[in-house]
Amino acid sequence: MLAYIIRRVGQSVLVLLVVGLVAFAMFHFVGDPIDNMLGQERTQADIERLRVQLGLDKPFVVQYWRFLEQAAQGNFGLSYRQGRPVAEIMIERLPATLELAFVSGLMALVGGIALGIFTAINRRGVSANVVMTASLIGVSLPTFLIGILLIYVFSVELGWLPSFGRGEVTRIGGWTTGFLTESGLKALILPAVTLGLYQMTLIMRLVRTEMLEVLRMDYIRFARARGIREKSINFRHALKNTLVPVVTVMGLQVGSIIAFAIITETVFQWPGVGLLFINAIQFVDIPVMAAYLMMISVMFVGINLIVDMLYFAIDPRLRADRTTGGH
Amino acid sequence: MTDTPVLSVRDLTVEIPTRHGVLRPVDDMSFDIHAGEIMGVVGESGAGKSMTGNAVIGLLDPPARIVSGEVLLSGTPVHKLKGDALRRLRGKRMGMIFQDPQTSLNPLLTVGDQLSETILEHLNVTQQEARKRAIAALEEVGIPAARQRIGSYPHEFSGGMRQRVVIALALCAEPDLVIADEPTTALDVSVQAQIIALLKRLCRDRGVAVMLVTHDMGVIAEAADRVAVMYAGRMAELGPVREVLTNARHPYTAGLMESTPLASQGRKRLRQIPGAMPRLGALPGGCAFSPRCDYAQDRCRQEPGPTLKRCDGRAACWFPLNTAAKEEAKA
Repeated sequence: MLAYIIRRVGQSVLVLLVVGLVAFAMFHFVGDPIDNMLGQERTQADIERLRVQLGLDKPFVVQYWRFLEQAAQGNFGLSYRQGRPVAEIMIERLPATLELAFVSGLMALVGGIALGIFTAINRRGVSANVVMTASLIGVSLPTFLIGILLIYVFSVELGWLPSFGRGEVTRIGGWTTGFLTESGLKALILPAVTLGLYQMTLIMRLVRTEMLEVLRMDYIRFARARGIREKSINFRHALKNTLVPVVTVMGLQVGSIIAFAIITETVFQWPGVGLLFINAIQFVDIPVMAAYLMMISVMFVGINLIVDMLYFAIDPRLRADRTTGGH
Repeated sequence: MTDTPVLSVRDLTVEIPTRHGVLRPVDDMSFDIHAGEIMGVVGESGAGKSMTGNAVIGLLDPPARIVSGEVLLSGTPVHKLKGDALRRLRGKRMGMIFQDPQTSLNPLLTVGDQLSETILEHLNVTQQEARKRAIAALEEVGIPAARQRIGSYPHEFSGGMRQRVVIALALCAEPDLVIADEPTTALDVSVQAQIIALLKRLCRDRGVAVMLVTHDMGVIAEAADRVAVMYAGRMAELGPVREVLTNARHPYTAGLMESTPLASQGRKRLRQIPGAMPRLGALPGGCAFSPRCDYAQDRCRQEPGPTLKRCDGRAACWFPLNTAAKEEAKA
């Protein structure tokens, strides 16, 4: 298992290096930074001096290495637009995105698994079929449309919930949270539903399909033949087997919840990193874009790594592989 | 052997409604199994053997259902029970062994968990007692170092050992009846013999009644006391295994025997029964076996085959074979 972990970590590092290369290359595609930094009244000497000073005279590989070195320390330079360190801006914005992602992820997970089991067990029931049909809406409607519809119904028509922003936030150390105030929680509902709905229906349909598959297996039949209770068959025998493939997809979904947050954050003007990224694109704020790219990829890679570890926890057949070496 | 049979099946008929009409995979089956007795049920694939077993234990997949007849387990009408009452009988008073030990154990639960769970479900014992019994159950089916293996997962056992675990699971709550549905089909030949020997031993030691479903005449000859031959959902022949195998009365049984290779017969050329068993949706008129029967006469093609009760209780055939042998034996 240790060899497996080391190999997976190695692969993760490789992925990050490639993403780093893309992020770094962005700086070169939007023209010479020297041009941007020096005004009209520049001399050739000024240019040369700044070039050496910034290390831009070094070969590409050396520059890339320096970029990685700095990035690894969380230093992505100054934002072109705000003139402040990118890392500082990111850290300011991150809590909003993480709280949103956490709530909608939790909703997708709990709701998706529960509804998936429900629709699988009551396959022929009317309510299960209603849920299945309704889930088509969640799968097929684009996120921004759901967001706008929710705003229309709950903010404009009913006036129950705010249509934008985070409400009142409380500052705890470097972290700002909307969990502690009523307006913060209220502001969280619509964006969380918007962001989580698609994932929830996806998880639900996946759990349902897997569960129906598992319920057809011989060991479920055998458990029935032994007089095991339906409850135990569904939740002990079937659910555990259902979760093995579901965990993979869920891991990837957690990553995409954060990535998809861009759209939701734009619709609800949610002050998170997604909105920051959209604004950065409009102003060609390359350092912010590069930092965002790196952050998302670190998150994806990290989550995948955790998911792979989870397999070992769930499936004893994989654990046995360590004795026979590899898989 | 007591007088009341452990399992008594009376005129059992199972039907499956389909778009193209009603199929009858089990048609008017009647048989008894006594304590300590192994009854073999043989026939080609699709003859209704497994369906009969599933009907007895109440595990028919809808839309298949019992439309008439009775299944009595020591007098309890199992066919009338539903839901929880039926569930409590399964495992406790009747167990089932499945064909493929690779797929009949839950891969994510240890064998100990699966055993304890079954024991706790049916017997009023503590967690520790259940564990003790689980170890005893594994020991009884011949798993070496049962105490250590109790925490193992199914994939850590070989095929034969897994089938032993399956048998332990079917027997751990001490049922009176075990339905073994092709228990040796998925195993190596050498392991098959071990599993059959184990079943015979458990049957003898515990006085369990065993319904042994198989398509293997060799297994029947080796293990069964009596045998029921099924064809197209109906009972073709029923009798003591030695009688049926050596003096088959039904032409189908005779055909089955002639097409079974036996080491004792040397290199005699095997005969085959011409044609295939008809599909349930397309049964021929008259006796279902008549199109393939060498001895078929006009009556066989026109009238449906007789039920066992209407004949000598042994072969469901208008013109049974080897009847002279019986008369001679009597004389």
